[in-house]
Amino acid sequence: MNGQGTAGAGREGVMSGNGRGDKLEYRRDYYGGALMCLIGAGAVVQGLHYSFGSLTHMGPGFFPTCLGAILILLGLGIAGTAKRPPMRKTRHEGVPLERTGPEWRGWFCIVASIVAFVVLGNWGGLLPASFAITFISAFGDRDNSWKSALALAAVITLISALVFWWALQLQFPLFAWGRS
Amino acid sequence: MIGQSLADLWQGFGVALEWHNLMWSFFGVLVGNLIGVLPGMGPLSAISILLPLTYTMHPVAAILMLAGIFYGSQYGGAIGAILLNLPCHPPHAVTCLDGYPMTRAGKGGTALGITMIASFFAASVGIVVMIFASPLLVSIAFKFGPAELFSIMLLGLIAGGTMSSGSPLKGVSMTVIGLLAGVVGTDVNTGVMRFTFGFAELADGVQLVALALGLFGVTEFLRNVNRMHAVGSGVKLSLRDMRPSFRELKQSFWPIVRGTSVGTLFGAMPGTGPTITTFIAYALEKKIARKPERFGQGALEGVASPEASSHSKTQVDFIPTMSLGIPGDPVMALILGALLIQGIQPGPQLITEHADIFWGLIASFWVGNVLLVLLNVPLIQIWVKVLQVPYRFLYPAALFFIAVGVYSTNNSLFEVAEVLVFGLIGAVFVALKFPVAPILLGYVLGPMVEENFRRALLLSHGDLAVFVQQPISACFMAACALLILLQAFFAARATMRKRRGTPSPQQAAAMDEPRENGREPPLAHAEHR
Repeated sequence: MNGQGTAGAGREGVMSGNGRGDKLEYRRDYYGGALMCLIGAGAVVQGLHYSFGSLTHMGPGFFPTCLGAILILLGLGIAGTAKRPPMRKTRHEGVPLERTGPEWRGWFCIVASIVAFVVLGNWGGLLPASFAITFISAFGDRDNSWKSALALAAVITLISALVFWWALQLQFPLFAWGRS
Repeated sequence: MIGQSLADLWQGFGVALEWHNLMWSFFGVLVGNLIGVLPGMGPLSAISILLPLTYTMHPVAAILMLAGIFYGSQYGGAIGAILLNLPCHPPHAVTCLDGYPMTRAGKGGTALGITMIASFFAASVGIVVMIFASPLLVSIAFKFGPAELFSIMLLGLIAGGTMSSGSPLKGVSMTVIGLLAGVVGTDVNTGVMRFTFGFAELADGVQLVALALGLFGVTEFLRNVNRMHAVGSGVKLSLRDMRPSFRELKQSFWPIVRGTSVGTLFGAMPGTGPTITTFIAYALEKKIARKPERFGQGALEGVASPEASSHSKTQVDFIPTMSLGIPGDPVMALILGALLIQGIQPGPQLITEHADIFWGLIASFWVGNVLLVLLNVPLIQIWVKVLQVPYRFLYPAALFFIAVGVYSTNNSLFEVAEVLVFGLIGAVFVALKFPVAPILLGYVLGPMVEENFRRALLLSHGDLAVFVQQPISACFMAACALLILLQAFFAARATMRKRRGTPSPQQAAAMDEPRENGREPPLAHAEHR
């Protein structure tokens, strides 16, 4: 519900690996607190649409409104107590930290694969949907070539037909072109 | 009463040993173990992935299987922790500290053997405690009214939120988010649709499976993609390696006993998760050891005690879940949710009305633990192979199983989309360093909390004092207040220390967490306690 506005903040937070990460760490609590306040405010506004009632006879809006109010307070608390993390953070030896930048390719492929499953499941059937979710998500990993992705998707599609459609009798047509 | 319990338990063994129940228990242990060994998969993901399978099953078989998955995956997690330094499940982070050095010293097999013995011993003790404590608790629980139930749930929620690592405020706010997620759907008292955003599909509320798989499946993949690569440890294990020598057995006996008692003690407290339990068990061993400097270099005690504590805690955790209907941690919340889906309301009535489930479950715990030991001895080589499945194949396949599994619960693609939404929400929270596991606790308890709160105030004619006037309820409220005060005190003390420039003990402990490969322990943020 609150996704888009804060997604940027979240991804920025991921970047904090080392070095200038400390500053981001510091800001992360502000973003987190603000997000909680936002969700809480949303819950209060939406909760007040339902009847509030009294303590004896609570309406459907009572509980969510209270939760929203508590969440706003907690959000303020989180932002208020945001503190600098300890400076000495990387005490570990051995292999240096792996890439910790934003992983656009992986994120995009995973999200797209689930969307593809829903869309193809509705208009295509089980086989195209299973193939799509495995094939697209496999591309999220840089180590996968299109050959290995294809092989994996083929195996999974076979499993989905054998295990889910045939053995478990899942109510999901194998092919359903054009069904709405 | 004890005689009655034993007679019931005998019947329970009858239920658990019926061949189809035994088969499902075996299946659960095997699959749970398999999924637990896979990198990046803990009990929460294992149970959520297999939850849809149980919908068509008989409730007894379903719960036996889920319990089997639970301790199977818990044990499987220890294998990854010891052999690869990969704590797939946060409580095993402590096991890595000494387990992995043992592997490097060529004693990985012994560590696994001791882990197995410790788990089995601890689980057996936990089961015995459960047999005697549950009927006692039930006899008290029958006196509970809505006010008491609300107070104890509040205690569970606050404890579950604040006892996580990181900021207690963040944990509690995640619990509140979970409560809000539980509000979605039709209000039972008035029939008003709440927070459905115009989707008719949300009238029945958010689906448990979709929420759990979004938060613990998709969020994990979003976080780990391209950051996690399985690395073979090159360890060859044979049966003989797993057998500890008599001296090692003697060395680990008392640590196992101590770990078990720590776990039992903490299991009785709602909300204290397994991670905190294992950390305390480890700290205790280190404190009383004659040579504390051995710890971190492959001390056997450092493996035996935490593993024992987490397993006995697991068993004892089932007591409040089954006899009060109040789960102690997110895994229990998931199992409770599964029972609710089956149409069984855990609580004091469960033991009297569904005695077969309750006692069958207890008996199956023991049967399952025996199966676990029997399975792991021959299969250990296979698990070592499974540990090396590359992540690039693992997560696309897992995504497929998640999608099909969620679809199969209600034959609805809408719920698959729900998984994606919760996965994204969870990823944002994780990026902002919020623990996501309390959401599940809040979600499962939410409707019950609201219902009991309303009922209590209806009975008291809107008088809020009812929660502190009744003695039992007042005790729980006092415990809540104490917990909050303690947290505030610790927070204040930590700030004071930092001003003076010395790190507080908690921070020092946090720095010892194993990250030698420069790799964040997977799932570490989903701190689940």
